[in-house]
Amino acid sequence: MTELPWQDQVYAALKSAGVKQLAYVPDAGHARVIAMAHEDNDMHAVVCTTEEEGIALSAGAYLGGQRSVLLMQSSGVGNCINMLSLPINCRMPFFTIITMRGEWGEFNPWQVPMGSATEAVLKAAGVHVRRAERADEVVDIIAASATLAFDSHIPVAVLLSQRLIGAKVWTK
Amino acid sequence: MSGGTLDRRAVAAKLVQTADAAPGGPLLVVCGLGSAVYDIGAAGDRPENFYLWGAMGGAAMIGLGLALAQPTRRVLVVTGDGEALMGMGALATVAAMAPANLSIVILDNGQFGETGHQRSHTSLGTDLSVVARGCGWRNVAVVDDMAGVDALAPRLQTEALLAVIRISAAEVPRFLPPRDGAMLTLRLRQAIGVAPD
Repeated sequence: MTELPWQDQVYAALKSAGVKQLAYVPDAGHARVIAMAHEDNDMHAVVCTTEEEGIALSAGAYLGGQRSVLLMQSSGVGNCINMLSLPINCRMPFFTIITMRGEWGEFNPWQVPMGSATEAVLKAAGVHVRRAERADEVVDIIAASATLAFDSHIPVAVLLSQRLIGAKVWTK
Repeated sequence: MSGGTLDRRAVAAKLVQTADAAPGGPLLVVCGLGSAVYDIGAAGDRPENFYLWGAMGGAAMIGLGLALAQPTRRVLVVTGDGEALMGMGALATVAAMAPANLSIVILDNGQFGETGHQRSHTSLGTDLSVVARGCGWRNVAVVDDMAGVDALAPRLQTEALLAVIRISAAEVPRFLPPRDGAMLTLRLRQAIGVAPD
């Protein structure tokens, strides 16, 4: 049996975790999972204008008894900080998967400041952070982190390293 | 463009007067940070009210997540012009999802009432009803008298409607509903019948 690409396994892990609402601000590294969400009649795929919307959506989903995930890139983390007070004050789960920019073969210098600060900023705001570097560990980390978020009612972020995603190629 | 003569407490009381008889079960009310929290709380605290004491700009998106999760229930977001302005992109996000069971009311006094009555953008040229239409909301109402509020209230429980209600900027006595987020969360989930996890 051919093993599915890890991106497909990520979607399967989210389904296994019971996720019903998937909020996102797009990133190329999430493109496959976003496309799968839109094809799934049992998933609400919600495109957001800014990342903190996804945190508020997650809170509403939890109030109504559904699980959710927010997909974003590292530059979006800076938009989220105050809204993280919502799951923390309300003792709600919050689960996000973040593709990293600005750390591995980055072409665009504007990605570097937020990429360098992402992990520290999340931790300072009270989010538990896990990081995946290799394709063969991504799904385990996502599955375990979803359990941590949903069953322990805490905010959890999984960072997908830029080396794993592949640096964006700008020139041929 | 903004503000009006309506008494905000009288408006809020009318909006939720029949909340417990809403189609599908008691109306789920998300209140945006600021005076909307006091107004809805003063109309009578109930477990289906979720008060935001922070997370400014998040009310509409909380309403969306709740409406998607509970499609047989009615959800109402009540917020102010300042809170709606901070989360203005959410008007586009909610319109894109177009949940049939969610309405939003913006109590517009044209001011940031909590912080010293500075003029908000709705006093400086922004019309949130036009913004909402531009975001794709097809069902938008602007109300500036009590007869209009009377007519609006039942529609909020049956339509997917965004309403801007022009209220007076006059100060009213503070009413402070509960602010423990974990308690508010638990009691709302229990009221809906979500199993504890």
